[in-house]
Amino acid sequence: MPDIDLARSSVRELNAGLHALSAETNETHWRVFNPRGQHAIAAGLDRPLLVEIDGHVGYYCAGMNKQATIIVKGNAGQGIAENMMSGKVWVKGDASQAAGATGCGGMLVIDGNASARCGISMKGIDIVVKGSVGHLSAFMAQAGNLVVLGDSGEALGDSIYEARLYVRGKVHSLGADCVEKTMEDRHKADLRRLLDAAGLNGEVDIGEFRRYGSARKLYHFHIDNVGSY
Amino acid sequence: MCGIAGLFLKDRTLADDLGALLAGMLTPLSDRGPDSAGFAVYGSETPGDLKFTLRGPEEFDFDPVLKSLRAAVGEKVTHRDYATHIVVSLPADREALARQALAAFAKVAIVGTGRRMEIFKEVGLPDDVSRRFRLHHMSGTHAIGHTRMATESEVTTEGAHPFTTGADQCLVHNGSLSNHNALRRELIKQGLTFQTKNDSEVAAGFITSKLRGGASLEEAMESSLGALDGFYTFVIGTKSGFGVLRDAIACKPAVMAETDRWVAFGTEYRALVDLPGIASARVWEPEPARVYRWELH
Repeated sequence: MPDIDLARSSVRELNAGLHALSAETNETHWRVFNPRGQHAIAAGLDRPLLVEIDGHVGYYCAGMNKQATIIVKGNAGQGIAENMMSGKVWVKGDASQAAGATGCGGMLVIDGNASARCGISMKGIDIVVKGSVGHLSAFMAQAGNLVVLGDSGEALGDSIYEARLYVRGKVHSLGADCVEKTMEDRHKADLRRLLDAAGLNGEVDIGEFRRYGSARKLYHFHIDNVGSY
Repeated sequence: MCGIAGLFLKDRTLADDLGALLAGMLTPLSDRGPDSAGFAVYGSETPGDLKFTLRGPEEFDFDPVLKSLRAAVGEKVTHRDYATHIVVSLPADREALARQALAAFAKVAIVGTGRRMEIFKEVGLPDDVSRRFRLHHMSGTHAIGHTRMATESEVTTEGAHPFTTGADQCLVHNGSLSNHNALRRELIKQGLTFQTKNDSEVAAGFITSKLRGGASLEEAMESSLGALDGFYTFVIGTKSGFGVLRDAIACKPAVMAETDRWVAFGTEYRALVDLPGIASARVWEPEPARVYRWELH
C-alpha cells in the first residue's frame, strides 16, 4: 500500500506514479497525506485503484477519472471529478463549484454541499449530493442523474437537454426549459439504486423527492422564440 | 486571476504573528497574481494621532518631506521607514495642514490614512514585496492582502491593491467591474476623489460613500450588491471590521475558515494551510450575494 506524503513529494510525482501502474499491479490501494489544497491530485487515472486522500484538495482533483475509486477526506476545490469517464469519487466534505462538470460516466458522491454549477454539462455521470447545491446546477445537462438531498439554488437545470434531476428539498427556481416531471416507478427504482450506491441504503424516503427534467422546447429553433435571441 | 488573503484575529495573543501569518498566506497566491502585491495592516493606535502611509520613488529622500511636515504641523511628527514607503504619525487635528504640506511634493503619494491602518503596495513578486516592507514583523488585529494579475489596467504600483478611499477603509478585489466609469462620475459628484482609473478603486469609493452617509459596513456591502455590475469577490477592512462579499454569480473563487482564534479568507484553500489550528477549522465556501462581517469587540 503506497503512502504518499505531499509535503515531501510533488503532485506531479504522485500522478506519474499512479499513471505508471500496469494492469496487473498489486499496488491498488494508495493513501495520500498533506494534500494542502493542491490542484489536480489523482487526475487522469485509468486503473481500478483505491486512492484515499487525507485532507482538503484544490482544483480538478480526480479529473478525467477512469475506473479508480478516489476518496477525499475533506473538502474539494473547483471541478472535482471533472470529465469523469467511469469509477467513483467520494468527497466526505463540501465541494466547490462545477463538481462533476462534463462527466460522461461513473459516480460522484458529495457528503456535504456542492457550490454553484454542480453537474454543469453533465453527459452521463451520476452525482449524489447529500447536502445542497448552488445556482445553475445541471446547466446544459445532457445525460446522467443528479440527486440532491438538500436544496437547490437558482436556475436548476437551465437549458437542460436531458438528464434526470431529483431534489428532496426546496428548489429556489428552475432554469429555462427545466420542468418538474412525474415520478414513475422506473424513476423510483433508479433513484433507489443511486441512493444505495451512495451508501444510503434505506435511510432516505424516496417519496420525498421530486423529479425535474427537460421540457425539450429549446431543442429546435422555434419562430415564436425569435424575439428572445 | 488575482489572489486575496484576509485574516481577522479573535485571539489577541496572536497579534504579533499577524504579519507573518499574512505573508505566509500571500506566498501560495503568487501563482494567481505575480505582478504586484499589497497589504493593509490594522495595527496599534496612538490616541490623538493619525497615520499617513506615504510612497515615493525608489531611493527617494523623505527628509525634506518630514521637515516640511514638521514646519506645518509642529514637532510631534514621528515616522517609520519601509523601503519606498514611510508611515508618518502626526496629530489628527492637523490633518488638513499635513495634506497641504504634502501637496507640494509631486513625487510623494498618500497611499492611505487612518488611526490604525497602514497600507503598502508595490510591483513585484508577492514574497519580495512582503520582504521589502518587513510584513513578517508587523502586528495588529486584522490584515488584508492581494496578489495582482492585471487585466483591466496597467501593472503599476498605483494599480496594486488594497485600494483606500477613506480613513481606515480599504478594499481588495478579485474580478472586474463593468459599470465603474459611470459610478466613478457619480461618486466624484458626491465629493470623492480617485487616484486611478482602476475599477476596484470605484468599489472602495462606493463603500466609503455609503459609510460616510451613515451606513454600517454591513449596509454598505448590501447596497453594493445592487450598485456594482460585474464579477467580484471583495474583502473589506475598516478600523474595527472585516467583511467579505461575492457577487451573485460567484465567478471568482473564495474559501473561508474559522476557529475560536481567527477568521480567514483565501481565494484558494492553499492560502490557509499554514494557519494555526487549520486542521480543525471550519472550512467553507462563502455563499454568493451574502454579506459576511466580523467586528472587533
